[in-house]
Amino acid sequence: MNNRMNSEREQLFHDIGVIDFVIVEMTEYLDTHPTDKEAMDYLSHYVCMKNQAMREYATKFSPLRIADTDSSNHNEWKWATDPWPWEGEC
Amino acid sequence: MWSYEKRLQFPVNIKKPNANLAQVIISQFGGPDGELAASQRYLSQRYSMPYREVAGTLTDIGTEELAHMEMVSAIVYQLTKDLSMEEIEASGFDKYYVDHTTGLWPQAAGGVPFNACVFQSKGDAITDLFEDMAAEQKARTTYDNILRLVRDEPDVYEPIKFLRAREIVHFQRFGEANRGDCSKSNHTKYNH
Repeated sequence: MNNRMNSEREQLFHDIGVIDFVIVEMTEYLDTHPTDKEAMDYLSHYVCMKNQAMREYATKFSPLRIADTDSSNHNEWKWATDPWPWEGEC
Repeated sequence: MWSYEKRLQFPVNIKKPNANLAQVIISQFGGPDGELAASQRYLSQRYSMPYREVAGTLTDIGTEELAHMEMVSAIVYQLTKDLSMEEIEASGFDKYYVDHTTGLWPQAAGGVPFNACVFQSKGDAITDLFEDMAAEQKARTTYDNILRLVRDEPDVYEPIKFLRAREIVHFQRFGEANRGDCSKSNHTKYNH
């Protein structure tokens, strides 16, 4: 069970990294190509995917941004009590 | 990692340029108790902070300080926008203008460039939190001094008053972090 949870967590966390990198790349591309409608559609698709993945991660595990703390367990302020990214565990 | 919101934490809409005020307010960008130093102080200290809740306080207040640096920069930008050459020369802003035109560059009111020695990251929870509490009070004093200098300019006064109030809230939070986590630890013997 624990292993399955960990692998699901790792998979979702990895997916968020991939999705967000697309968003970073497309944002910087659009800043210099602001009339590229196809690029805007492509970005929108990934922004939507990221929001869904971030909410799922907050609900199942821990919020990665304050905007998702509403889908997180309200009995504990996991934002501050769960590991920080520089600890080398996530 | 970070993401950006395209708005100021508190609005800045200054209608009248004033190079004299810009030259003193720039200290809260790149001066000894400014917002650049504040943000880098907390965001540098958080890695070695042994208590996750305190690392959270340092992350979240450090992030807010980046938004304060943006507000101070917006104030300086608006105060130096559309100045005439006569105003630049008469105000003494020519010394800054010759090197930076009206670009933003972190320096103190006296012209001293930003220096990382104005903040500390000591790797000791107690030492860092006391540094942070002192830093918030020093910034509050600087904002008090600025408020006296801008007393007749409401467009400048209001955002500065907001920034001053945040120093007091942050002082409170760092004090709570110090009592809450560090007093429970083996640091206790150093903490009275």
